Amino acid sequence: MTQAPLLLSVDNLATHFFSQEGILEAVDGVSFDIHAGEALGIAGESGCGKSVTAQSILRIVPGNGKIVMGEISLFKNGESVDLVQLDDRGQEIRQIRGGEIAMVFQEPMAAFSMVYTIGNQITEVIRLHQDCSQSEARERAIEMLGRVGMPKPEQTIDAYPFALSGGMRQRAMIAMALSCHPALLIADEPTTAVDVTIQAQVLELMKDLQRDMGMALIVITHDLAVISELCNRVMIMYLGKDVESAPADVIFREPKHPYTVGLLRSVPELGEGHSQELDPITGSVPSPYRRPAGCPFHPRCPEFIPDVCDVHLPPQVELAGGHRVRCHLYVQD
Amino acid sequence: MWAFILRRVLLMAPTLLVVSVISFVIIEAPPGDFMDSYVNALLQEQEAVDPAEIESLRKRYGLDSPTYVRYFRWLGNIMQGNLGRSLEWNQPVSKLIADRLPWSLAISVASFFLAYAIAIPIGLYSATRQYSIGDYFFTLIGFIGLATPNFLLALLILWYYFVATGNVAVGLFSDEYLIAPWSFAKFIDLLKHLWLPALVVGTAGTAGLIRVMRANLLDELERPYVMVARSKGLSEGKLLVKYPFRIAMNPVASTIGWTLPTLVNGELLASLVLGLPTIAPLFVGALLSQDMFLAGSVVMILSTLTLVGTLLSDIVLAWLDPRIRGAI
Repeated sequence: MTQAPLLLSVDNLATHFFSQEGILEAVDGVSFDIHAGEALGIAGESGCGKSVTAQSILRIVPGNGKIVMGEISLFKNGESVDLVQLDDRGQEIRQIRGGEIAMVFQEPMAAFSMVYTIGNQITEVIRLHQDCSQSEARERAIEMLGRVGMPKPEQTIDAYPFALSGGMRQRAMIAMALSCHPALLIADEPTTAVDVTIQAQVLELMKDLQRDMGMALIVITHDLAVISELCNRVMIMYLGKDVESAPADVIFREPKHPYTVGLLRSVPELGEGHSQELDPITGSVPSPYRRPAGCPFHPRCPEFIPDVCDVHLPPQVELAGGHRVRCHLYVQD
Repeated sequence: MWAFILRRVLLMAPTLLVVSVISFVIIEAPPGDFMDSYVNALLQEQEAVDPAEIESLRKRYGLDSPTYVRYFRWLGNIMQGNLGRSLEWNQPVSKLIADRLPWSLAISVASFFLAYAIAIPIGLYSATRQYSIGDYFFTLIGFIGLATPNFLLALLILWYYFVATGNVAVGLFSDEYLIAPWSFAKFIDLLKHLWLPALVVGTAGTAGLIRVMRANLLDELERPYVMVARSKGLSEGKLLVKYPFRIAMNPVASTIGWTLPTLVNGELLASLVLGLPTIAPLFVGALLSQDMFLAGSVVMILSTLTLVGTLLSDIVLAWLDPRIRGAI
């Protein structure tokens, strides 16, 4: 995997929302790399900034959100572009959106406009990024729909989104995102809004497509099972910080950060029944407007070191095997 | 789509029938009939009243029959295209209305298009630049527009127009075209006069429409599908028109139905101030003198306009939103 060229490098990214209630530091110093063909999982509780990280990459952070710090470098043909420096309405970023980097959204019901057929919405993106006629675009859309397992794609292409089931809509969404063969696909909670039985199908589909098309994948989820299914690298986020990142097999075997440990312990295992003791993390996520000083996790941390964790922000510590963790426990003086 | 339109048109027939009953009841509701107010008018002018003559007139116009008989006679005549005779004007109702309805419609349609042409771009602007100086400016103008009575606006504009040009902007034609046959020059002359009543009648509606458009669009801009469209690489302008704008037009389009008749109501004061030969002043006169055939016909025509307006807005809605095509 390490031989694959670097595709996207996010360095010390911070995205804040400015409102009358104050400044919401949704993403606050996040760094990660993705190589071509790699699959990265970003996990964390809701509100930890994982979706905003994705939106920052595409420069589609809504409303009063702003990238205040950091670099997002996209590498293509040996050259790199800093996406943060681009005009978010400009030509350059619009060619990257949907073309180089595509996104699958959480709610297929809300993500499609109900007043146009899925064919209309898929051919739109094809014609935007590929030089082809309307009928060629339609051909490609049908082919793509077939590829994501849509039954009778020649007819379904003219269906309105409200006429499709949740699973079919999510397939259409994936077809739309993949229709221009992006180098990177960002899937924001791709299985959260679909039935459990459909979830497995969607995951299987994404895994196959990722392998066949050789694209890189960022999966954003709160469901660690999704990550273990799809990803070879994991980044855990808490209150806008990347608290730990490591290869998937490493993080599930030997988690370092107390938050990751807690997160893994709180996942129920199937078949364990009533005998299983769930071990949830104590307390709840603090309001992002009142971020704790020092390490953001210290009020809930079982390994809390007084006068250290609540004062100093832990630096990122590089451990063996590409394992990075932000925790005072691992700081060597 | 065609099935949808056909079904809608067929549904209009029973609705019109119900409307005719209600119109008739409303017109009959005040005590007395035209002959009573006629007698009153004669007495006021100190003229002799011959009770026998009044009774024979009453018989001649069928005012002595029971209410339901008169209703069916009236309805039967309307079905045959005969709207009856105006007792006050002593002319066929159809002629009276035909003389005035086109002007009412012209003013309505002109103010309708004026209102939409002003409101939609401003609503778009205000929503996409919420809380900007421009947004506040148009909001202020909008509230002033909502709060200003039409007739006051008409008087103000008349006065300014007179001060600025020395002309009186009254009526629909200049003197030289008043009785001239239709020509292109006459049409241009009509347009020159039409803008004023259109503006006066349309102002309040425009202000309301701006608010509706702005609020709808603000809601829609927050929706996930807007972010999805953005993530596909669409430019802001194209995206705005194709996705949120089309949905935001839904409530605006559904107001078309009641815009038509409201404009006829709104036209009354403006017509009185500007001296326009339209339906509204005629209608008020007919109600005052209990000229039932005339009043009833006007109510029927306004109701029909409402139904036509509703039909139009349903068709526009079905075109805008495929989910509506299947329903109803």
